[in-house]
Amino acid sequence: MTLTAALVRERVRGTILERIGDTPLVPLRRIGAGLRGELWAKIESANPGGSVKDRAGLWMVIAAEEEGRLREGAVLLDATSGNTGVALAMVCAVRGHRARLVMPDKVSLERKRIIRAFGAEVVLTDPLEGTDGAIREARRLATTGGNVYVDQYSNPANPRAHELTTGPEIWSQTDGRVTHFVAGVGTSGTIVGTSASLRPRGVRIVAVQPDSALHGIEGWKHMPTALRPAIWDERVADEHRSMGTDEAIQMTKRLAREEGIFSGASGGAAVAAAVAIAREQGGRIVVLIADGGERYLSTPLWE
Amino acid sequence: MAVTVRLPGALRDTTGGQTKLEARAGTLADVISDIDRRHPGFRSRLLDDSGAIRTYVNVYIGDDDARVKGGTGAAVPDGSEVMVIPAMAGGAR
Repeated sequence: MTLTAALVRERVRGTILERIGDTPLVPLRRIGAGLRGELWAKIESANPGGSVKDRAGLWMVIAAEEEGRLREGAVLLDATSGNTGVALAMVCAVRGHRARLVMPDKVSLERKRIIRAFGAEVVLTDPLEGTDGAIREARRLATTGGNVYVDQYSNPANPRAHELTTGPEIWSQTDGRVTHFVAGVGTSGTIVGTSASLRPRGVRIVAVQPDSALHGIEGWKHMPTALRPAIWDERVADEHRSMGTDEAIQMTKRLAREEGIFSGASGGAAVAAAVAIAREQGGRIVVLIADGGERYLSTPLWE
Repeated sequence: MAVTVRLPGALRDTTGGQTKLEARAGTLADVISDIDRRHPGFRSRLLDDSGAIRTYVNVYIGDDDARVKGGTGAAVPDGSEVMVIPAMAGGAR
């Protein structure tokens, strides 16, 4: 089953889910001052669930429904570090499905509480195993029956959502004048899908990863040491960059203080990479800010 | 008596492949220094230049977040377990 944007829109008409996507694109005038290129930020915290993951969450649920896998009484299952869990829990609440979400213990309190607020069940795994431990537990639960494992790391509906929504939005919002697209790699759905839409139109795709296995850029993966998502393909990017957590946090704070954009550390990391590109290469650079800072208020990021 | 320190896979490269170590009790700073003596470079992965726990590293002493127990000055009594938690999507292979 290959979803289209029209079909997804039709399925969610008249609900809060209709508000997923069409997020703002805003210029970064202070952070971008004096650079050779222009910086524009795609603000994904404007989605109703508060992050870019609303797009993939919605499309994965609709795909499972259309394929007949998500029937009455079934329980949607996935592993998540948080934002996908929030998105899936919200979408399932609207669509009338039960959801079971597996995540590492010690994930920020906000995430667990938001997911439970939407009525989903949270299954906690060994925090020392990180997201990869949650993936292994979700794979185990998927074999026990009654669970519909959507598997954001392997599900083609994840990049498809970005190919048919994020990419076309950016093209339209820039009147086709975008030269670079910069985003981090977590499941890789954002970069893989947006690349499929924008690269054939001549946009240079830049993928950014954390610079080490022990990092604080939540939602991103250090691919050399992580379980590799099945949807990931390095060839979708023209350029790969790495980003340190300290630089990411510094830029996250600048985004709030200089641009009024309250983001998570991954937003700062992506913008820091985009600044380097604007300095070195020029152009009209679109950078994706995946979520908002509210989700990390209980973490040391904002202490 | 000693304390047990459990580490994520992401730190294994600094400890010769070990993810569970023993260290002498004391403050958290003492525990980290004890491991750093045997595994040079360990300390700088956990603490920044000012000696504070890096913002993206969470350290638990038992069930307590070390930050709310005094940071590196927090007491780590004999027999307790210290756990260093990786960033959520950082991989654990």
